[in-house]
Amino acid sequence: MDLKFTRTTCPYCGCGCEMLLETMDGKLVGTLPSKTNPMNQGKLCIKGWNVHEFVQSPNRLTKPLIRKNGELQEASWDEALDFAASRLKEIKDAHGGDSLAFLTSAKCTNEENYLFQKFCRVGFGTNNIDHCARL
Amino acid sequence: MTNSIPEIEDAECIFIIGSNTSVAHPLIASRVYRAQAKGAKLIVADPRKIQMAYTADIHVKQNLGSDVALINGIMNVILSKDLHDKPFIDERTEGFEQLREVLKNYPPEKASEICGVPAEDIIRVAEMYAQAESASILYTMGITQHTHGVDNVKSLANLAMLTGNLGKRSTGVNPLRGQNNVQGACDMGGLPNVFPAYQAVTDEGVRNKFQDAWQAQLSGKVGKTIMEMMHDLEEGSIKGMVVMGENPVGSDPDMNHVRHALSSAEFLLVMDIFLTDTAKLAHVVLPGASFAEKDGTFSNTERNVLRVRKAVEPVGDSRPDWDIICDLSTRFGLPMSYGSPSEIFDEIAKVTPSYGGLSYDRLEKGPIAWPCTTPDHPGTPVLHKDRFTRGKGLFHAIEYRPPEEMSDEEFPLQLTTGRYFPHYHTGTMTRNSPTLHSEMPEGHVEIHPEDASRLGLKNYDMAKVVSRRGEVVTKAIITDLIQPGNIFMSFHFMEANANVLTNPALDPISKIPEYKVCAVRVEKAELAEAAI
Ligand code: SF4
Repeated sequence: MDLKFTRTTCPYCGCGCEMLLETMDGKLVGTLPSKTNPMNQGKLCIKGWNVHEFVQSPNRLTKPLIRKNGELQEASWDEALDFAASRLKEIKDAHGGDSLAFLTSAKCTNEENYLFQKFCRVGFGTNNIDHCARL
Repeated sequence: MTNSIPEIEDAECIFIIGSNTSVAHPLIASRVYRAQAKGAKLIVADPRKIQMAYTADIHVKQNLGSDVALINGIMNVILSKDLHDKPFIDERTEGFEQLREVLKNYPPEKASEICGVPAEDIIRVAEMYAQAESASILYTMGITQHTHGVDNVKSLANLAMLTGNLGKRSTGVNPLRGQNNVQGACDMGGLPNVFPAYQAVTDEGVRNKFQDAWQAQLSGKVGKTIMEMMHDLEEGSIKGMVVMGENPVGSDPDMNHVRHALSSAEFLLVMDIFLTDTAKLAHVVLPGASFAEKDGTFSNTERNVLRVRKAVEPVGDSRPDWDIICDLSTRFGLPMSYGSPSEIFDEIAKVTPSYGGLSYDRLEKGPIAWPCTTPDHPGTPVLHKDRFTRGKGLFHAIEYRPPEEMSDEEFPLQLTTGRYFPHYHTGTMTRNSPTLHSEMPEGHVEIHPEDASRLGLKNYDMAKVVSRRGEVVTKAIITDLIQPGNIFMSFHFMEANANVLTNPALDPISKIPEYKVCAVRVEKAELAEAAI
């Protein structure tokens, strides 16, 4: 039996409560509030307490999907990434970088947001990047 | 936020406007309750009887979209009762005379006619807020999601400056960010007009700096905002779109239009952890790892940078988005190789002055608030302490403007939107959490008893809500939490989503759509419609 606690930050609202994710033999089993964080001081709201549930939902996407004959079908990473990269390149070459648009995410990490906007700005020479900040 | 969250509990007065704090920011609400226990006064301005209103000293229910009139009315009273902070105004602000001129048009009786709040209440709010030693304003989307949202925010800044409630502990104008990392996504340059740290793409010096750092030619042309992207997709000048971890079909106003726009894309790539309604329209969907399955950082609403740490392996073949972007970019012809998020963070610190002094090593000890410019800088929990970023704080003289869509004969009611406590945003995460889902498994519309009886609607009847953009059939909850003439819906539930109805009209500056007011009518749904 391998019981572990990992200190991390709640992915829901902007309060930024810190929490401990409880794992048993590599599986998430629960969430506890961080007692040392000055923001939440040992408390979480109902969303925070149950945060481990959606992570292990059977509805999670587990494989890349490609649309074939109108339907999304499972594919390998190589196939999906090569196809996506070549389509993006084709559109950029045919219509220019401004013909593409990028939506980054208030749910992803700073590191991911940084890379995503860099991919957009450097790879396509466009500033067509936005996210749901206003929504 | 100009101030930090823990400070809230030491304020003498807290003014909550356009924020359903206990629902959207529960742990900030608990600070407010604690402040009250220490003797603070609480003012709530909200058209609905939200939970915070029950314990408030004053609750005023302004008409939808009338905030500027309300705030101007409050400031008019403050001036006429000589409650303003003259030394602060003299030393730290400009534009006061222009503001004073405009405020002459808003005596409480006149403001009351527009905002529907009794003049005596406007006077009480003004006295309570202005007489406190330290007063803190908290607001969210109820202020910003209007065609005059920027006016609303500036009006709140006026109010705080007028009373010297800025740059001190437990004061300030504090927008509570709704999503965990909205702050970070903005800080990182996820906006069409700025590089990381809000450095303008149109500034040549800035651009040269990033061209050097990234070894690339960059565009100096401001890009498209989300609503402009949707428009250009439909019209054909934008051909392809890449979406990372967002669900615009559920979250953007006028859903039918958004769906049509995304379906018009020649190529749509979506990265997400669930098959959202946006992902269902994609040509390629890439499975991302959730927050529990990767390392990184989030920046919360008080500008604190916090660590996210991997607790479990990603499910199935899913991969962290940073890893997916590197791989995609490399295959696209722009090689990116980072060994870990910590390496990416080091690059962020190099090009983002406000994050310049941060590193994973320092964050290991706990969160730090930016600006943090050097490795020995302690971080900045309170902004504008001795001076404002632009030097002196500028008052903006602002006149009230009505919402874009007022009710009329065909659409006699007004819809406003928001959240419920167990759910979050478009529900993709919370509805996949059995505990939260069971708290509130389906959507509904709140209707006032007066309107309901006129419409012949009883509790739990199926109601059809119609706006100029679409219609939704959902359960009616008859309640006086809402004012007569207004109805309320959330956007958590795809099958009964307020955003089928909402108005995509934008604030001219912030480009925020007017989610919080649109004209609708309600009918009793026919049996056949109710069955859908
Ligand atoms: S636990 Fe609740 S209050 Fe804290 S960050 Fe998560 S959603 Fe927000």
